[in-house]
Amino acid sequence: MKADAVIIGAGISGSSIAWHLAKKGMRNIKVFDASYLTAGATGRCGAGVRTQWGTKTNCLLAKKSMEFFEEAGDLLDYKEDIEFKQAGYLILATTREEEAIFDKNIKVQHDIGIPSKRLTVQEALQIVPHLNPDSFLSASFCEKDGHLNPFRMTDAFYQAAKRLGVEFFFYEPVTDIKTNHASIEAVITDRRIIETDVVIDAAGGHAKEIAAMAGIDVPVFSEKHEILATEPTYPMQDPMVMSFSKNIYCQQVPHGSFLMGRSNPDAKHNHDVTSSWQFLEKMAKTVCDILPDIGKLRVVRQWGGLYNNSPDRQPIISSVDELPGFYVACGFSGHGFMFSPITGDLISDLILDKEPAINAAALSIKRFDETSNGDYETSVV
Amino acid sequence: MKKHNVYVCRCEDVTLDELYYWIHRGFTTFEGLKRQLRIGMGPCQGQICGEVIRRELANFLKKHPADVKTHTIRPLIMGVPLEAIAKAGDQDES
Repeated sequence: MKADAVIIGAGISGSSIAWHLAKKGMRNIKVFDASYLTAGATGRCGAGVRTQWGTKTNCLLAKKSMEFFEEAGDLLDYKEDIEFKQAGYLILATTREEEAIFDKNIKVQHDIGIPSKRLTVQEALQIVPHLNPDSFLSASFCEKDGHLNPFRMTDAFYQAAKRLGVEFFFYEPVTDIKTNHASIEAVITDRRIIETDVVIDAAGGHAKEIAAMAGIDVPVFSEKHEILATEPTYPMQDPMVMSFSKNIYCQQVPHGSFLMGRSNPDAKHNHDVTSSWQFLEKMAKTVCDILPDIGKLRVVRQWGGLYNNSPDRQPIISSVDELPGFYVACGFSGHGFMFSPITGDLISDLILDKEPAINAAALSIKRFDETSNGDYETSVV
Repeated sequence: MKKHNVYVCRCEDVTLDELYYWIHRGFTTFEGLKRQLRIGMGPCQGQICGEVIRRELANFLKKHPADVKTHTIRPLIMGVPLEAIAKAGDQDES
């Protein structure tokens, strides 16, 4: 089998890259996934989309992606409901230090036109009346942020890419990438050999292992993050409520259930996605402190998924100097879903040698070779 | 019986008609269908719909039901209020 490009991973990033490449005219694109559609990080994510970030790069990626989501149904000619809800992200500051960071972040956001604002406790309570007023000092809010159904959004890219002729292969893991000096010769799966000279690594939690097959070292690691879902209830909370210092995000999705997650500072660097009682207990305590009314809801389910973290918690969307034709889209550090439209746009521009919408150097894998400029994203749960 | 009158998932009100709509779009595993239709995500956590959908998939794929994988079992087995979990955790520490 021959291909003009092979994409490894059919999650939100791989599906978006496939559609963008086909839309810009590339033909004979093949996508391989080790499992079913959205089996990995995409199908396990918290379904939030936000523009409130601390670094200019993340703000730009988020703003461009949000503009796409606003038109996604039409752009992809998708008839199902993608459950896009722009009811905002309300981010709580709980210490003086955090308030200072939010003041700084909001300047970065305003510089590129993100309409975020700082709110007092009273103003925040008008948006989410059941917040515990003693649990925070002030907040940051952007009405453009919100929710999007990850399964439907991926299906939208998947169906649209298929209509443009992209071929998808599920339950077919890539086992090796054959190179000869500085060029790619083939991708090998458990079933066949695909001759190609362009490979895109969009393997999410397994991106490092895929790159290693081609002899490329990508400075990322994977760690488990857990989430729980409650039974559905009447609409009672518009925005996502989030706190970096209290380690929580909690949103009511259009279906009616609440999704909430937190990170584990002691998480090991591996591919474990099993559920833990420790998460359940800490999550329950945290949400009962900030949003006591939510405590009455029953938990129906919990699960785990992988963050693929980069050294500065910003994505790597890049070509690789040592191996022309090899591209990586990984290290999203928990935010690959919300950055997916711009990821597809940027990777396809790199491959087709077009001028990218965002300065490629800021996202290049080469930035880790140089001395750090200190541009580290701290607004992460 | 008409397919749109048969409910294969009572938690999320999914009919046989809707199930086949997504099967024909290429979603032929329980976990794949779960992510589009929310089957197995409700209070029963797949305990009721799991077997029904396994049989429909077996029919469609012309396989024996035993060869069709059903849903991933996740905690919790039954719904528990968050505040009960938070309080039980406090008791352990005292």
